[in-house]
Amino acid sequence: MTTARIDARFAALKAEGRAGFVAYVMAGDPSREEALEILRGLPAAGADIIELGFPFSDPMAEGPPIQRAALRGLKAGLSLKGTLDLAAAFRSGDADTPLILMGYLNPIESYGYEAFARDAAAAGVDGMIVVDCPPEEAGVLTGALDAAQVSLIRLATPTSDDARLKVIAQGTSGFVYYVSVAGVTGVKEAEAGSVAPAVERVRRAAGLPVAVGFGVKTPDRAAEIARVAEAVVAGSVLVDEVAAALAENASPAGRVLAKVRALAEAVRDARTPETV
Amino acid sequence: MNASLPNAYAWPDAEGRFGPYGGRFVAETLMPLIHELDAAYEAAKADPTFQAELDGFLTDYVGRPSPMYLASRLTEHHGGADIWFKRDELNHTGAHKVNNCMGQILLAMRMGKTRIIAETGAGQHGVATATVCARFGLPCVVYMGAADVERQSPNVFRMKLLGAEVVPVTSGRGTLKDAMNEAMRDWVTNVADTYYLIGTAAGPHPYPAMVRDFQSVIGREVRASMLARREKLPDACVAAIGGGSNAIGLFHPFIADAGVRLIGVEAAGRGLDTPDHAASIQGGRPGVLHGNRTYLLQDADGQILEGHSISAGLDYPGIGPEHAWLKDIGRAEYRAATDEEALEAFQLCAKLEGIIPALEPSHALARVGEIAKEVGKGGDVVLNMCGRGDKDIFAVAKHLGVEL
Repeated sequence: MTTARIDARFAALKAEGRAGFVAYVMAGDPSREEALEILRGLPAAGADIIELGFPFSDPMAEGPPIQRAALRGLKAGLSLKGTLDLAAAFRSGDADTPLILMGYLNPIESYGYEAFARDAAAAGVDGMIVVDCPPEEAGVLTGALDAAQVSLIRLATPTSDDARLKVIAQGTSGFVYYVSVAGVTGVKEAEAGSVAPAVERVRRAAGLPVAVGFGVKTPDRAAEIARVAEAVVAGSVLVDEVAAALAENASPAGRVLAKVRALAEAVRDARTPETV
Repeated sequence: MNASLPNAYAWPDAEGRFGPYGGRFVAETLMPLIHELDAAYEAAKADPTFQAELDGFLTDYVGRPSPMYLASRLTEHHGGADIWFKRDELNHTGAHKVNNCMGQILLAMRMGKTRIIAETGAGQHGVATATVCARFGLPCVVYMGAADVERQSPNVFRMKLLGAEVVPVTSGRGTLKDAMNEAMRDWVTNVADTYYLIGTAAGPHPYPAMVRDFQSVIGREVRASMLARREKLPDACVAAIGGGSNAIGLFHPFIADAGVRLIGVEAAGRGLDTPDHAASIQGGRPGVLHGNRTYLLQDADGQILEGHSISAGLDYPGIGPEHAWLKDIGRAEYRAATDEEALEAFQLCAKLEGIIPALEPSHALARVGEIAKEVGKGGDVVLNMCGRGDKDIFAVAKHLGVEL
């Protein structure tokens, strides 16, 4: 069962007494080959879990960095089908790192729910985050993913009250993604004090590990979150490294992986004083 | 299927769906707000004081009811049924958009919201939103595609005069779709104080039903006028369709009247056989965008395509979900008019009737002649003149090769 990879990873992290680092990158950004080079380098650079964005023309919840990354991915011709091919290529060289696809519903609806779920499972995808598919609309998607044994990872947000958290927790598996600020990706940073109690609420409601994302840009910030959550997600700051590399004709993989190392190290060290 | 349908028509359902269309496809952050809006709208709808307040502003501020005008020279020109114009271009701000804005801003204030955002294509909805915000003293931010800012500069200036901040959106091709993305991003960022005043009968539930309800004043007035003057209902109702708010407002009060043909006219741009059109129903297929499932212009991978129309107000790759449903169940017909046809109809209407129409209803005007002939002499065809053409004269002059 594919969800086993996510559960095994969180169990291992718990045994190590530390939080995990989740790296978000965009499929096809800036090309299929370079995106694959980045993906293949992520585990060694310290990514415990990988989120692979699949490009959509109208990413309504993304800030400028991921909007631009999606445009680069589309320009490189990476449709959802291309993203699955990329996922399969990554999986052929890595049997253990959980791989989550993240994006918007329409490419999946266009692909066909059952065909997509089957192909995603075959490509070694462990879970899905579909930003514009709240529980109210997730019936068909959930059915298809369940049948293929791919996790559906739901989002909890600062606007989710306890009643809403119950709705979100139903049918989610693997972990819950806590969106730490009301806003789009890569812009605002959450108030430091607000994250810990929110994560605790989400964890209690879902009974699952909680990964925290949105607005995580620096190692210090990543370390702060690593002290209160099971995992820390960074995305905008990584895809911006691709943009920077393109601007100065450098290697996208080199820049992205260097940033991943810095963030992952901060996450890895964050709990050491308490656990030693 | 059609015969038994009208009496049973009670869409959307509790989930905000029109058959398979509609729904609430938004980021989780917005879901609690969507539920709150739904509850607030249901309460307002059932509250006679809210309705009375809205009616008062529609009468004294907007100028309703708008006239029903028998366009006798156009009727004579086409040689078929009598062609009537529902004169919604005579509303304050020059289009039907203000009907909806007035309803929604009263709702926003009732909900205690203190900041209004909106998207706009042609600028008519932006102007109408800026207008009601000025009237009630609320700050207003309007997102408008950079390309539309360019081609609708008179409306940009109007919005600024009315005190609104106009934010040009450069993502995508810089049209209505991109403006809507940016408005959604603002909303998800400013959840506590901001009300998103959507301009068309699309977006997540309850917007499609709510905008329809506020625009249905058009169809209700048409119904009353026709009964008073002809002692019968019209034979056909015709309206242009971008997102579809003026059309659904005209159609909705007649859905149960099987004898009334409902005809929407989409923008065929440079032709339905080219990629450059905005006819989502006739040239698209169902998908999910901007909070609802509906017909969309999209490629084989589900990426949304940019629409094209000479009319900025119709230049949108989707359509309100209720139109998608009316199409599927066969209750409404959908046709199209090209840029060229709309331009011809624009000039014909100006010359024959002394009314300069907006480019949006010019698309309906381009099809009204053939519809009048189909209905035949002695019949009545109502066209919703949903906007006036002052805003379009620069764009039209450019297309006609005239330098102003």
